[in-house]
Amino acid sequence: MNDTFELRGGESHIEVHKFFPGAIAGATIVALTLQAMFPVHLPRLDILDLPLLVTIYFGLSRRNPSTGLLLGMTIGLLQDSLSGPTVPLGLYGIAKTVVGYMASSIGARLDTEHPLARFSLTVAFFVLHQAVMVLTRRLLLAQPGPWFNMHLAMAAGVNAVLGVPLFLLLDRLRRTS
Amino acid sequence: MVAIPSRHRSLALLAGVLLVQIMMLAVQIKRDSRGRLIRVWAVSAVTPFERSGAWGFGRVRGVWHHYFALQSTVRENEALRIENDSLKLAISELQSKAAEADRLGLLLHFKANNEKTAMVGARVIGASAGTASRTIEIDRGERDGIHRNQPVITPDGAVGKVIEVYRDSAQVLLLTDKDSGVGAMLVDSRIQSPVGGTGELMLTMKYVAAEDTVNVGEKIVTSGMDKIFPRDVPVGTVMEVRPGTPFKQVRVMPAAKLDRLEEVFVLLTQEPLEFQNGAETPSAAAAPSAPAGASTTAPVVSPAAVKP
Repeated sequence: MNDTFELRGGESHIEVHKFFPGAIAGATIVALTLQAMFPVHLPRLDILDLPLLVTIYFGLSRRNPSTGLLLGMTIGLLQDSLSGPTVPLGLYGIAKTVVGYMASSIGARLDTEHPLARFSLTVAFFVLHQAVMVLTRRLLLAQPGPWFNMHLAMAAGVNAVLGVPLFLLLDRLRRTS
Repeated sequence: MVAIPSRHRSLALLAGVLLVQIMMLAVQIKRDSRGRLIRVWAVSAVTPFERSGAWGFGRVRGVWHHYFALQSTVRENEALRIENDSLKLAISELQSKAAEADRLGLLLHFKANNEKTAMVGARVIGASAGTASRTIEIDRGERDGIHRNQPVITPDGAVGKVIEVYRDSAQVLLLTDKDSGVGAMLVDSRIQSPVGGTGELMLTMKYVAAEDTVNVGEKIVTSGMDKIFPRDVPVGTVMEVRPGTPFKQVRVMPAAKLDRLEEVFVLLTQEPLEFQNGAETPSAAAAPSAPAGASTTAPVVSPAAVKP
């Protein structure tokens, strides 16, 4: 299996990256573990959503919608499981499934290697993630919540700022040809 | 199997995955008093079909019962008709008995109020066969102390007088008979004049001078001058006054309900009687309107006031 290959569409050509074995699983576990530790040890970092950043990164990198949505679903359901009995299974799962699918779909069409593109996409996916979460809460859980506010705007910015170096770090898990 | 184009495969997978998670959420979520969301959804999804089914079954059942399964309806109708007839009869009998009880109660009350006056209660057992005379037959006769020319009354007023007496029955000439007459006077003006029958329901006051004033609605009582009736027994109420020469034509509605007599009293003496005010008031159901020139100062008599 090739480590890297190209999608050719017209004049553009976009690389589809492969990762070391266990890289995706390891990154996911680390992200979920850290996310589970934040509320206890670093409450101020509760604003971060590391599983979301991992979902976005691997979605953009793998550029396969099916893989992206399944990865998003898996990460989301794991996050649901770790979030305690007050969060029903599927709340994060649905949101991250959508984000994984969208990230993979966009990654297959655009070059998402540039830091500015990664920043912008992270903000956009954070907002999408939040929108799906609120929609799910309102429609299924009958829990009205704000669509967006300053806190969430700040969280989107912080996650995007963190995402740029994090994505560079995760780039190191790619297998080079 | 339906083949899904490869470009739509991921979209179908997304839809499937989302659906599975939504169902998973629905299984977990419990909506307050309405139970789990999956149950709410299931019920909401099935209810319209259940409702449609129930409506359809109801229609089919209705058509069956109303158009096809009518074998026993004729028999049932016949039985119900017979039962209905017997119930009507029973109701009629009960109503008749209730009315009789009311009448007897009234008679008893009247007799209790006039216990010093000797009188005999009698039941009307017959009436004149033709229209030429207005008489009734009562079930009291010589053996009960009944004699000719004794006055007959009801708690409402004067009825007539005994004209024939037999061993166990007697014949009473009603005030409405053409040959009947009773000494009477107007209560307000104290004008005295005999009141006689006309052969119809209304009476007439025969000799009221043209210059005398008679008001419609004025009460008429017996004067006692005929030596038959005691004084002050209600005779009737003036319903119509027409000018005439030398006498006015005064039409009077009888105080007693002479067309529906069932029980009466035969007075054995001429002791004065005590009548209730309400009992003096005649029925005004058939009261004609006062003609021009007649006084209408008296109030119209209410039919309800006739009832004792």
